Amino acid sequence: MGAVVALDSLFNGGRVWKGRPAAPPASVHPTGLAALDAVLPSGGWPEAALSEILMSKDGVGELQLVLPTLARLSTLGERIVLVAPPYTPYPHAWQNAGVDVRKLCIIQAEERDALWAVEQCLRSGSCGAVLCWPRKADDRALRRLQVAAETGQTLAFAWRSLSEAVNASPAALRLAVEARPAQVRVLKCRGGLAHPAPIALAGH
Amino acid sequence: MRWVCIVFPQLALDGAQRVHPEPDQPLALLAGTPQRRVLQTVNAAARALGLRPGQSLTAAHALAKSFACVEYDPLEIERLQQLLAAWAYRFSSQVSLYYPRALLFEIESSLGLFGPWPQFEARLRKELAELGFRHRIVAAPNPAAARVLANLYDGLAVADDNALMQALALLPIDRAGLESQAATALSRMGLRTLAQVQALPRHTLARRFDASLLKHLDALSGQRPLALEFYQPPDQFNARIELNFDVQSHQALLFPLRRLTGDLSAFLCGRDSGVQRFDLHLEHAQAPDSVIKVGLLSAEREPLMLFELARGRLEQVQVTSPVRGLRLVAEDLPVFVPQRQDLFDDRPQQTLPWEQLRERLRARLGDDAVQGLRFHADHRPECAWQAATDSRPCPNLSKVRRPGWLLNEPTLLSEQGVRILMGPERIETGWWDGADVRRDYYLIQTRAGQQGWAYRNVGNSDGLWLQGWFA
Repeated sequence: MGAVVALDSLFNGGRVWKGRPAAPPASVHPTGLAALDAVLPSGGWPEAALSEILMSKDGVGELQLVLPTLARLSTLGERIVLVAPPYTPYPHAWQNAGVDVRKLCIIQAEERDALWAVEQCLRSGSCGAVLCWPRKADDRALRRLQVAAETGQTLAFAWRSLSEAVNASPAALRLAVEARPAQVRVLKCRGGLAHPAPIALAGH
Repeated sequence: MRWVCIVFPQLALDGAQRVHPEPDQPLALLAGTPQRRVLQTVNAAARALGLRPGQSLTAAHALAKSFACVEYDPLEIERLQQLLAAWAYRFSSQVSLYYPRALLFEIESSLGLFGPWPQFEARLRKELAELGFRHRIVAAPNPAAARVLANLYDGLAVADDNALMQALALLPIDRAGLESQAATALSRMGLRTLAQVQALPRHTLARRFDASLLKHLDALSGQRPLALEFYQPPDQFNARIELNFDVQSHQALLFPLRRLTGDLSAFLCGRDSGVQRFDLHLEHAQAPDSVIKVGLLSAEREPLMLFELARGRLEQVQVTSPVRGLRLVAEDLPVFVPQRQDLFDDRPQQTLPWEQLRERLRARLGDDAVQGLRFHADHRPECAWQAATDSRPCPNLSKVRRPGWLLNEPTLLSEQGVRILMGPERIETGWWDGADVRRDYYLIQTRAGQQGWAYRNVGNSDGLWLQGWFA
């Protein structure tokens, strides 16, 4: 008899295609945007993996995608680490979004050290989510982050420019945020076909 | 089985070898007057070259060229003994350095915690091997017997007085710890083992020998307790490693640094304390020491972590002139409180606690690199946050729309294509501290679809200043 494999893990891993469409499994990390959850194969952010959010410019709703998740994690007592954020988080707005700002931790670092710091935080397994804004990260650097996120069982989010969309990336999920009209497009998601139609973003 | 004696047969040599990255190189310790240098001790590799203790240095140089020499320093031996006593203080409150180059400590009261004896012994051996000391361990019912049996045995554990008498009976006279004069006299009388001496009538021994012989025999059998002075750990740690050559690179300092932090950790474990601040002194030949201060946010004592933190600080320092010695001084030793860990934590095994991660980040990125964030009750956006962690939860805030990102400096926005979605919202405050603001805030949308938060200074038509992004 071969190794016993739990059916759940096969199905949830997205490796087995099921003829009858079933309700998407409840993810441990829903995005908070029901329309987006519905098209993602895991029903939310991929667990213990790197998710990439590509945007053309700042201020197009790229942060709103993760704020519900951060709010949920911070109320669970998980620590949220922001490595070299481009701007200062405004506590008033984050608090109103439900994030416990006491759980936020900001690491100031240069570009070169920032990737190192992200990897350390991901690998340590003591953070709930690690947020980073790599500017000059190449394929190999992102691969390292992805492996580190797997090792430490931690959610990783990376915000990058939309121009990176043409380059391949090892991230488990790639989303592109567009401003006009305000919508999110799934570029890549592990374990399923990327949903072709864009999803509207409320509030923008 | 109440007392343990650990004998260090090569304490001076081990002390010199443990600070060398390559202990297998030939090494000789030198003693004697400057006119006539004599080899005091040699290690196995040097012995293979034909060097012997007692040879003069010139004779040794005639035999072999490639061996390292280190000065034999009695003070250094004293320091090593103090370090070992500090290490042993972890296992027992009664640690004594009564015999030179040997540790005595009481274990009966510690066995409940550390274990049955075989397990405890294995732990002692493992830690001593990590510290870099060769040793012989014997456990016996009284300290004098333990010391004497350690002359001959390694790993012997004598359980009770009957077994002790049997073990002592077999000891040869010259290894029984007697004064050399008495030992010679006894062996000339034809006595070979301790049993034969013990069989002699006491009054004849008292007549022929000093009182010290009978005292020693009684101490061995446990009839006469030994007056031991017990070790008291000092309140600070101060250790130094002298390098025998000029060091210019960080790489060569790492090995001695690892030794020093390892010793510090052993010392701290003995005292059951941690360290929050310590200084690394790099000693130069002709310049004052360069001091590297290592500060931690909480008390720690994990050897690997202490090493890594000290290494992080050391690597940031430019070594200007050659380093001749390395000193580690820790004066403030607070009580160590172990981190609380969740029994049912489902994190992976190799997880690193946040406190250690934070120290690692601070060591490389700088002391102020890791910050918290807190709300500050002020209407001016630039004053509404502080880089510190709040202990209390944030109060419920008004539900006005505020941007998620705040720009470090407001930037002037070109008004072409900018659409005002909401506003104005007047913020007029700060008249009491000089940073007076009168601003009308607008929620704006740029032509590219970005939503921002911008203001106009009231009564001042200098344009629209962007201060945040609704990201």
